[in-house]
Amino acid sequence: MSPVIQTHAISVKLGGRQVLHDVSVSINPGEIVTIVGPNGSGKSTFLRALIGAVPLTSGEISKTADLRIGYVPQKLAIDAAMPITVRRFLGLPRQISENTANAALMRADVAGLAKRQMSDLSGGQFQRVLLARALLDTPQLLLLDEATQGLDQPGSAAFYRQIEDVRRDMGCAVVMVSHDLHVVMAASDRVLCMNGHICCQGTPEIVASAPEYRALFGSGTQGALALYRHEHSHSHDHPHDHGDHA
Amino acid sequence: MLDDFLVRAALAGLGVAIAAAPLGCFVVWRRMAYFGEATAHAAILGVALALAFSLPILPSVLVAALIMAGAVSALTGRGYAMDTVLGVLAHSALAAGLVAVALLGNVRLDLMAFLFGDILAVNTSDLIVIWGGAASVLALMFSRWSALLMATLSPDLARSSGIDPRREELVLTISLAVVVAVAIKVVGVLLIAALLVIPAAAARPMARTPEAMVIGAIVIGAASALGGLWAALMLDTPTGPTIVCVAALIFLLSTALGVVRNR
Repeated sequence: MSPVIQTHAISVKLGGRQVLHDVSVSINPGEIVTIVGPNGSGKSTFLRALIGAVPLTSGEISKTADLRIGYVPQKLAIDAAMPITVRRFLGLPRQISENTANAALMRADVAGLAKRQMSDLSGGQFQRVLLARALLDTPQLLLLDEATQGLDQPGSAAFYRQIEDVRRDMGCAVVMVSHDLHVVMAASDRVLCMNGHICCQGTPEIVASAPEYRALFGSGTQGALALYRHEHSHSHDHPHDHGDHA
Repeated sequence: MLDDFLVRAALAGLGVAIAAAPLGCFVVWRRMAYFGEATAHAAILGVALALAFSLPILPSVLVAALIMAGAVSALTGRGYAMDTVLGVLAHSALAAGLVAVALLGNVRLDLMAFLFGDILAVNTSDLIVIWGGAASVLALMFSRWSALLMATLSPDLARSSGIDPRREELVLTISLAVVVAVAIKVVGVLLIAALLVIPAAAARPMARTPEAMVIGAIVIGAASALGGLWAALMLDTPTGPTIVCVAALIFLLSTALGVVRNR
């Protein structure tokens, strides 16, 4: 299977600062890849480079022809000052049919919100509406930038389960950036640890025990990963045996 | 009919209200109120320079407003917060404009007319400028409406839908410069920002869609212009400030209604 999108040693400078440096990543069809890294490590910039929102200083990005990308941004400052319904938001900038809108809302598990004002939604509903919007074109690649910011732990866990369902049903590749290390890593096929460049990558287990990862996050998060798996698997004996569980 | 100064004043007020309404909504949505202010203050510098070099006033004001917009976007993101940059530029431009006007000692210039407007002195060619400006701003915004909304909601989402948010920002900046330039005569540079922001803000509690908010802002702006004109005649008060006071009253009423309805 050829990758849906591939970066070849891309570098990005923002405001004179080297944010990304020689990043080469390839994303295969249908895989869930999570990018972790400290604040300012270029995770969001990397996603924005994938959609062409930031210019590259070197390197290039190759993707399959007519690749449909769904993008869920980090945060959306829909100010309470703008009155807009969920339905209208989905139909911007291009009109969509009623069926398309309802199907996308259904898939994001927020059917029935179409007539609500965006500013009245809870944090979790809002993120799911953003997800619905990203799913409108039945994307082959779904990009999520800190999509669970502001959600509590059960809320983010539910959101990531939704992503797994979407991947299963639509077969799209998923690349997400997250701070919820333990939750997100449990749901990933592959983890990229980023700090301006790719420090290490591999399955969640491999990355969590890599020295580069520990140097960035300390060993405490691995405990959280184990704890999450522990609860998630309902097995209290050998949490590390469930590597393929997620 | 256009012979009557009151009819001309009413038409001028309506033209500005209609042009300012959709732009005012974007100013509110994008939190650009002080950007409007800065553009307007640059206009007085444009007026001064036009008089100094005997240039036509309208294009000079347009250019000054656009240079201001360019300076603002060049300076933000260089270690200064947006409101600091606007605070520095807006007031510097106003001060420089006032100083420049004073230095032109030999030019007889009614400064008050530029600061607060003189809607009762509008002549037929002013009307053509105002309605021409209003029509072109409306046509420009109407033709790019979806893209403008999208870029306002989220620059990154806009970009992932193939819209260049910087281009849409430029469209708004140019429109703002045009509206400021044509509105100087009606409310003056000090109160243009009020005419942009207040009708849009007053329309917000009653609107459920962006378009409804724009239409509400047009109606409220028009009512403020006509009501203010009438009140100014009755009370013998300066017209521009009276128009803004009427708009502020409508804002109060609308906000109170919104609070009552949300109980």
